[in-house]
Amino acid sequence: MSDTHSETVAYVRETMLPQGAPPASEVGVIKWLRENLFSGVLNTILTVLGIAAVVWLVQAALPWFLHGVWNANSLTECRQIIAETWGEGAHGACWAVIRERWNQFLFGFYPSDLYWRPVLALALFFAAVAPVLFTEMPRKLLWGSAFYPAIAYILLWGGSLWVPISVMAGFGVGWLGLVAARRTGLPLLGPVAVLLLPLLWWLFLAGPAAEMLDRAIPLWVEEVRSDKFGGFVLSLTIGIAAIVLSLPLGIVLALGRRSDMLLVKALSVGFIEFIRGVPLITLLFTASLLLNYFLPPGTNFDIILRVIIMVTLFAAAYIAEVIRGGLAALPRGQYEAADSLGLDYWKAMQLIVLPQALKISIPGIVSTFIGLFKDTTLVIFVGLLDPLKGITDAVRAAIEWKGVYWEPFIFVGAIFFIFNFGMSRYSMYLERKLQRDHR
Amino acid sequence: MATVSDAPKASFRLSMLIYDTRYRSITIQIVVLMLFMAGAAWLVDNTVRNLAALGKDFSFAFLWNRAGYDINQMLVEYSNDSTHGRAMFIGLLNTLLVAFMSCVAATVLGVIIGVLRLSPNWIIGRLTTVYVEMFRNIPILLWILVAYAIFTEVLPAPNAFRGDNPTASMILFDSVALTNRYTAIPDPLFYRSLGNIDVGLFLISLDLLAIIAVITGSVLVNRKLLAHATAVQNATGVRPVTWWKSILILIVPLVVLLVALGFHAERPVLRGFNFTGGLDVSNSLMALWLGLTLYTAAFIAEIVRAGISAVSHGQTEAAFALGLRPNRTMSLVILPQALRVIVPPLISQYLNITKNSSLAIAVGYMDLRGTLGGITLNQTGRELEAVLLMMLIYLAISLLISAAMNVYNNSVKLKER
Repeated sequence: MSDTHSETVAYVRETMLPQGAPPASEVGVIKWLRENLFSGVLNTILTVLGIAAVVWLVQAALPWFLHGVWNANSLTECRQIIAETWGEGAHGACWAVIRERWNQFLFGFYPSDLYWRPVLALALFFAAVAPVLFTEMPRKLLWGSAFYPAIAYILLWGGSLWVPISVMAGFGVGWLGLVAARRTGLPLLGPVAVLLLPLLWWLFLAGPAAEMLDRAIPLWVEEVRSDKFGGFVLSLTIGIAAIVLSLPLGIVLALGRRSDMLLVKALSVGFIEFIRGVPLITLLFTASLLLNYFLPPGTNFDIILRVIIMVTLFAAAYIAEVIRGGLAALPRGQYEAADSLGLDYWKAMQLIVLPQALKISIPGIVSTFIGLFKDTTLVIFVGLLDPLKGITDAVRAAIEWKGVYWEPFIFVGAIFFIFNFGMSRYSMYLERKLQRDHR
Repeated sequence: MATVSDAPKASFRLSMLIYDTRYRSITIQIVVLMLFMAGAAWLVDNTVRNLAALGKDFSFAFLWNRAGYDINQMLVEYSNDSTHGRAMFIGLLNTLLVAFMSCVAATVLGVIIGVLRLSPNWIIGRLTTVYVEMFRNIPILLWILVAYAIFTEVLPAPNAFRGDNPTASMILFDSVALTNRYTAIPDPLFYRSLGNIDVGLFLISLDLLAIIAVITGSVLVNRKLLAHATAVQNATGVRPVTWWKSILILIVPLVVLLVALGFHAERPVLRGFNFTGGLDVSNSLMALWLGLTLYTAAFIAEIVRAGISAVSHGQTEAAFALGLRPNRTMSLVILPQALRVIVPPLISQYLNITKNSSLAIAVGYMDLRGTLGGITLNQTGRELEAVLLMMLIYLAISLLISAAMNVYNNSVKLKER
């Protein structure tokens, strides 16, 4: 029929018109503006309000930022410089406080000639986690990571080299015990040796051994006591230690909570619910006030270690709940498939269940880590100098910086933001990288 | 057909305790129990020996001793002659007060921001994203300290409101004065008050009880009216008009009661250097409330956004295909499904608010930690009892909230057949 058009109808266009440009309102900036900012009455009102808010914020804050002074020795000098440069009544930030107290914000009261030690510990930390995070690296490097805790301890606190060595030796003792038990061929001996020998070593032999070796061959690094710690060195020490320790503990607790064994399950549930039900501050108080009651008379160990233990327990309970969610989200078929392959419990968990469950739980785990890192600021309430309140109060206590509030808050907040935002972006990247299903 | 013979009856060997799955779980549980008991016994033994060495005993008798310290912010009667137990009670009420205020404010703010974050508007979307990321990634302690610094450093002193040309002025129709020492708000008072009744621990205002009773009654009557309307609709197909009846039932009795009681709000007035009349809310409470609200609102916004995006678009289209109007679609189809996703994490945010309210320590607000875990602990030197009691109270609050959450979860759970 279309062939006969020209005969049946008076006029029919036989050639296509050349393609014209789209109307101005449908391309480029105008289209974008219409669609995104002014698509309706409500939307237009929102846009106007939003622009007003931005303008108001910029007007209020920008001059303050721009008038900032970086070189001054006190707040009064700062204000003088601002008044001279920008006229009487101008407001401006006094970034000089950050510049002058930079070391204090980062290191607290750590001896200044030893600053290289925490820096080196942090650098080595990245070297140690690299083989864990990136599976392409040679597996042998993991042995280096295994020794990292002892190295970090020596670098941060110093003291006798033999203390961390004898603590690490506990693992060696356990391993030797396992090998020896395998040799004898007795079936029950292996697990007992692995559990019991290191415990016995740590409880009774580690201390005397370190002391003896110390007397024989004194190996000392200059000691730094815990009350010298402060600022971001303290935050990172507590944060990283608790993050590293709480993940395995959280996995164990999550498995315990989903266990068929009534007693194991009850203990896990009790522990998790108790920890999740109380504020972190009460646990920190327990660390600072009550641990002396719970430990054998005369024991007195380091406050930072006590805080690390409590923060670890706290984070582990939350991580356990996150991983429990991951375990529950896994289809039952996966568990049954593992069973039907004849894998035992630990093999099934290690090879089939946990890799998938942990993958599902990555966002939750990372947000728990972020929460943990933010919570390291609470250690101020047991007398440790965190960067947020401890150090800023110490800075304000000096007569030249009395009354400087916003600059330290903005500086410390920005650093926390960078760390946490980075962590959350990394978790998003990891989630995308590990995604196996097709969408 | 092969004959099936019984498995060879092996005699029990010790190694079966660990290698035979029939016995292994029992072995493990017994070992765990033994370890747990040993650990607990070790802790208790240490505690007893440490207490003995310090010459202390384990008793809660200190709760009935005179406290001897003042509390600046209190909901019920308290003086420094009251007992430590009563101070603890005041602290608990203060904790609940700031937690409740923050829950309400954070929910309102969080829902607004969460909904705005879904808006197609580019500027609003960016602004709310910045808000959420900023508040989620920075410790709450910083926000509380910033709020406190604003209240104590930026706001004018009460005497700035004085004179013919004051440098500061009151806000909200001259009813609220923000000063650097306290926030003065109007005090609700009654000319013909019904008085108070003493329930042992504290006084309850009969006016408040009357108001609660009237509101409850109105809501119940209104619900009956709506049920009746639904019944009529089911029978005849026509829904009677109820909106004006609802408004009458809900508002008139309350207004009548308030007029009868002579309700009025006494405004704060500047006399001398200070505001008199009205209620003075301490700045520590205001700062804690503001900090908790701003911080938690960011989390609630994300929860709300996730909940609304979780309802698939097909649900909306199905509702439209059935001929439902947009607002009925929202209330009957989308909201019930979104709420099922939103409410559990929302309640766990309420739990977080309650626990984070213990950061009152940073601004000197006298909450449970400030009274029982602060001054009482330091005065009596009973760390063990005070911290344990404090943990138990927080634990009880948490368990109550999670019990409420479980009840809700069960009621909205997908009913599968």
